[in-house]
Amino acid sequence: MQAATFLAYLVAAALFITGIRRLRTPETARSGNTLAAFGMIIALVATFLVTDVATPLSWPLIGGGILIGAVIGAVSAQRVPMTGMPQMVAAFNGVGGGCIALVALSEFYQGRAETWVAALTGLLTVIIGSLSFSGSVIAFSKLQELAFSGSVVFPLQQVVNALIFLSILVLSANVLAGGAIAQALGLPFLDPLISVYAIFVASLVLGVLFVIPIGGADMPIVISLLNAFTGLAAAASGFVLENYALLIGGTIVGASGTILTRNMSSALGRPLSKIIFQGIAAAGGGDEDQEEKEVNEASAEEVGSYLKDEAQKVVIVPGYGLAVAQAQGPMYELMELLESEGKEVKFGIHPVAGRMPGHMNVLLTEAGVPYDKLYDMEDINPEFEETDAVIIVGANDVVNPAAKDEEKDTAISGMPILEVENAKKVIFVKRSLSPGFAGVDNPLFYDQDKTMMYFTDAKQGLQDIAEALRNE
Amino acid sequence: MEQLLTQIAIFVIAAFLGWELISRVPNMLHTPLMSATNAIHGIVLVGAIIVIATASDAFTLTIGFIAVVFGAMNVVGGFWVTNRMLGMFRPPKPRVMKRKG
Repeated sequence: MQAATFLAYLVAAALFITGIRRLRTPETARSGNTLAAFGMIIALVATFLVTDVATPLSWPLIGGGILIGAVIGAVSAQRVPMTGMPQMVAAFNGVGGGCIALVALSEFYQGRAETWVAALTGLLTVIIGSLSFSGSVIAFSKLQELAFSGSVVFPLQQVVNALIFLSILVLSANVLAGGAIAQALGLPFLDPLISVYAIFVASLVLGVLFVIPIGGADMPIVISLLNAFTGLAAAASGFVLENYALLIGGTIVGASGTILTRNMSSALGRPLSKIIFQGIAAAGGGDEDQEEKEVNEASAEEVGSYLKDEAQKVVIVPGYGLAVAQAQGPMYELMELLESEGKEVKFGIHPVAGRMPGHMNVLLTEAGVPYDKLYDMEDINPEFEETDAVIIVGANDVVNPAAKDEEKDTAISGMPILEVENAKKVIFVKRSLSPGFAGVDNPLFYDQDKTMMYFTDAKQGLQDIAEALRNE
Repeated sequence: MEQLLTQIAIFVIAAFLGWELISRVPNMLHTPLMSATNAIHGIVLVGAIIVIATASDAFTLTIGFIAVVFGAMNVVGGFWVTNRMLGMFRPPKPRVMKRKG
């Protein structure tokens, strides 16, 4: 029987791997997800078959718990709008972390973490799992704009964090030493189990403090990082429970989160440590030259006639402002209209265009844009030279050439950008001249030969351009 | 000890495998990737079930119950939402030559 479950878990792990492998292309991705889910079912069924329950109460508790969790999960997954995907992922990530931490906690309570290996990995699981849980709750609440939106900082934040982290380390050492450290310090009530509870609570607090200073545009990093954490916690719990499916699955998830975190921080052009330890870079600092500069303000009709008469190849650059204005639909219509005029339309997507890695792609796909029109930054950048018009909607920082200016030190310095300045014409659809999230002025705004500024709401603006095109 | 060494070996190999697998997923699919891997770590639900099964006291049963609810949410919600997202990825339109006029 032992061997049979072992093999079942191995099959599950193999299906997870195959599933992720199929996520390489959009054609195979959906079947990959189904395969992974199938692997999960095999692992669960195998567990049911070999489980002997200690009390008659166990089965109803297991069944009831799964039912409640499954219904909540399915209903929220079905209802969430695509703009709400980051907070949905944060929520699922958080409950996963919570589940992992609780399982490890009960291992200690039941006195099963006897060897030092079990104790050490158990402690890691409790710490990372609960940190991931509370961090995800805060990330969820920020993204959902319930509370703590923006960057919350208080004096001595780093010192407080360091002290909590230190106490977690000391308490962990105490657990591993069987309570000897607390004895030596004259704190006999801190037996190993109580210490584990204290670690659990301290890690929850640390998770909160870790995420509250991080502001809106850095959210993709936080989400990726928490994902990596939960994966690692799951891998650690694989050691504790001696379960290979958990070990393999958790490790792969950890690798995925790590890669995505790295991608995101290089896409923001700032090292990870800076984002986490400095909160949000000081916005503003643009008061050097405040004199009024002239811009080439354009109307929907002017934009429409340029697109119609002079643009053959058009690249659209969407930013998060597009999603905020719910303008994906009108954008799709504009794309169709341009194509029906025989023009070539592509989308250039910056890695941090949304609120999580790949978010903007999902939002555009939802609006109906076929995925072969979605181009990553590296793929679209060489094409701008032969592009007649770039339409930038609700984005600024990701197309701001100031990021490449080595003489100025701004919040976006070093951030890789979409090189729209190489195109023949640049059209901004934007509410006002105000710089974007990072507060850095964009020199492109004032290039009157190249740039058309169309000041309006993204949704209305795209509809008006489409209207103008139709009437031409 | 031997058990531990085997586990460490699996951990290291899985880490390299994970790195290779994930590096090949295009940016376009990073959101579904994240929610799918999210669902995969929900396999800890297995651990939560075992907690309930082996427990006989109220405290552990309560902890186990919360863990099972959390784990099931993670698994079902994660796969469900990924499936919903991937269902929206539409294949390219067949290239019809459009002629003007």
